[in-house]
Amino acid sequence: MIPTGSQPSQAQAGSLAGVGPATGSQPSQAQAGSLAGVGPASATRITPGNALRPEDIALEVQRGDVKPSENVGEYALRLGDDALILAQRLGHWISRAPELEEDVALGNIALDQLGHARSFLTYAGAAWGKTEDELAYFRREPEFRSAHLFEQPNGDFAVTIVRQFIVSYYQFELYRRLTDSSDATLAAIAAKAVKEVDYHRDHSAQWVLRLALGTDESRGRLLAGLRLLWPYVGELFEDDALTARLGDAAVAPSSLRADFDRLTDEVLVEAEIDVPHVPSALGGGRRGQHSEHMGYILAEMQVLAREYPGASW
Amino acid sequence: MAQNLQAVGDVAPSQQQSQLDADAGQAYFDHVMAEDSRIEPRDWMPDAYRRTLVRQISQHAHSEIIGMQPEANWISRAPSLKRKAILMAKVQDEAGHGLYLYSAAETLGTSRDEMMGQLVAGKARYSSIFNYPTVTWADMGAIGWMVDGAAICNQVPLCRASFGPYGRAMVRVCKEESFHQRQGFEILLELANGTPAQKQMAQDAVDRWYAPSLMMFGPPDDDSPNSKQSMAWNIKRFSNDELRSRFVGMMAEQVKVLGLSLPDPEVRFNEDTKKWEHGPLDWEEFKEVLAGRGPCNAQRMERRRQAHDDGAWVREAATAYAAKMAAKNEVAA
Amino acid sequence: MIPTGSQPSQAQTGSLAGVGPATGSQPSQAQTGSLAGVGPATGSQPSQAQAGSLAGVGPATGWPLWEVFVRSSRGLSHVHAGSLHAPDAAMALRNARDLYTRRNEGVSIWVVPADAIAASDPDSKGSFFESPQGKDYRHATYYVKSEGVKHL
Repeated sequence: MIPTGSQPSQAQAGSLAGVGPATGSQPSQAQAGSLAGVGPASATRITPGNALRPEDIALEVQRGDVKPSENVGEYALRLGDDALILAQRLGHWISRAPELEEDVALGNIALDQLGHARSFLTYAGAAWGKTEDELAYFRREPEFRSAHLFEQPNGDFAVTIVRQFIVSYYQFELYRRLTDSSDATLAAIAAKAVKEVDYHRDHSAQWVLRLALGTDESRGRLLAGLRLLWPYVGELFEDDALTARLGDAAVAPSSLRADFDRLTDEVLVEAEIDVPHVPSALGGGRRGQHSEHMGYILAEMQVLAREYPGASW
Repeated sequence: MAQNLQAVGDVAPSQQQSQLDADAGQAYFDHVMAEDSRIEPRDWMPDAYRRTLVRQISQHAHSEIIGMQPEANWISRAPSLKRKAILMAKVQDEAGHGLYLYSAAETLGTSRDEMMGQLVAGKARYSSIFNYPTVTWADMGAIGWMVDGAAICNQVPLCRASFGPYGRAMVRVCKEESFHQRQGFEILLELANGTPAQKQMAQDAVDRWYAPSLMMFGPPDDDSPNSKQSMAWNIKRFSNDELRSRFVGMMAEQVKVLGLSLPDPEVRFNEDTKKWEHGPLDWEEFKEVLAGRGPCNAQRMERRRQAHDDGAWVREAATAYAAKMAAKNEVAA
Repeated sequence: MIPTGSQPSQAQTGSLAGVGPATGSQPSQAQTGSLAGVGPATGSQPSQAQAGSLAGVGPATGWPLWEVFVRSSRGLSHVHAGSLHAPDAAMALRNARDLYTRRNEGVSIWVVPADAIAASDPDSKGSFFESPQGKDYRHATYYVKSEGVKHL
């Protein structure tokens, strides 16, 4: 497209024509540009990789290969809503993080969570003939099943890190066990998610240590964040009728608590912090009872989709 | 070497030596330019070349960082979860691009802190197009298709910039950008084939972003005093008007696929010059926006400043922790 | 801070003059390698890799600079990918993972403090790298009489 004469940018110019994103399987433009170089070692060879995607689940649903029971659908809704509301919160950090590197790091975590949300919601929707977007954009507040922790505001970076710390240690224990679910789709989604969440644990633990042992100010902010959010830990581990009914398909939340406590405590001990003694909040998210924050989250997330009901984007 | 200096006589040796060095350096530099080869960070280079590069690369980096804002504005409201994921990944990429570019500029001896300091102090420039607001979802499409499209036109030739780290950064950026333009085009395509209201939203966005995106290539050639030097240095490969003309040609064809139109009746291919032409652009407005009087200049700067300031205690904490751990390891060792 | 390169030695000037004939006749690998500084660094051209940001410019107040090397798949070398800022090695690795392997670019990462890299003096290219020039007998192509002999 750009008649550049002698240099290797012709290959580059390909990208102008939009040879773009599907570069996965073939050496992409820039690569070609440097073919003059020797050997295949490269730090910029990109591929889409190979993993379970929400689109794969949608396809299975469409083909009628999978259809969850209403109970499983209801359970998937909980997990999907947790991840969706967290992704919505985390997305706000992109362009506002303490350092550019952290913009990218939090962006990656948000994208992982959004991916899990899409997979769970796509699968959940199949129980009622709904798509992920119908569930995300056209349910009302009481129909959301996320726990209160996920809707807590970002606060400062310390609050966000504490929320990540609790969430990722909880999700890791949950997904680790869910890979053994008798429901093959839940198990498959969990198998993809558990690896990503494992990294989220590491990210949050690294920051807990740095904020706790960094400066007086950072320690103070971290402790404040822990006191602010620890009341919402209890809700994550409450069993109820649904999880009892599901048996081997789900994981009893209470069964995660011991490992969660042990592993978070290891980090907190290293950070020279005691688990805050604060009363547990009542919760109610699994029954559709949310905090005051939820309405605003949904108003913002849903506004455009609801302005054009039935539209395709 | 020492003998050489003694023979020089009354001129201070160091001064004489540095003149010799500069001459040799200049000769080698000229040789590299003539060969269209690459200058690397530790090579001798003229001060003006270094200064120009730092300015150009840091402005480019600032544009990526400020450019995150107009799109981040729609992450929370993206109308489908798929679009939300795409937009997040895209805005995140812009942060990455800013990072690659700051790194390239740092090899010239200016730290990222210094560049960031200039940006938040309002002393640095960035692409003026990011001072326009994103008022509808269709703006995500128009920015991807037109603004990123224009950026790619600019950037692809820069993969061959004479300064090695700059060229290498651009290779990475261009690779990642290729999805940016496509996703924007597809947003518009979806809207254009949607309801009449959606199509109107798309056309409105194309109308608003058309002229600013054309002006991204910079002032007309006869009003671009530094272009000639930059082209001689191989840090600019094609003139502003040349790139603009190519861009208009691409837009003119692609807009047909969208079933939309460009808001410029004078777009045409000139058979004589074999170049695409467009109608007059409002360069007064361009200068106004560049000078800080665009609709969003103050907002963009404030947001960046705030993120920078709010993050200070976090950066300090991590630095303090690193120092403590290093000291601890030393004691242990 | 930046190795200013403002002291091109005399050897340098000498080598400039000599660029032509001594090596001109034969496009030796060494020659092309040193000028082909285009595109992403490829494993076998370490000089390119370094150029990324070798300069080791540490900001006075911010996090230090790290150089990132990525192994794109098993069996290949780590290649310089770029640089980033991080407070310490642990975070540098994580930032590198987030920044330089978002599209499956790697299976292994090295990070090195930028100021820990020692580099050859760019101004001594002439003398430092002159010796291999012209030593054709190090290369199989020098031995033409045996050309065509099978399995040799």
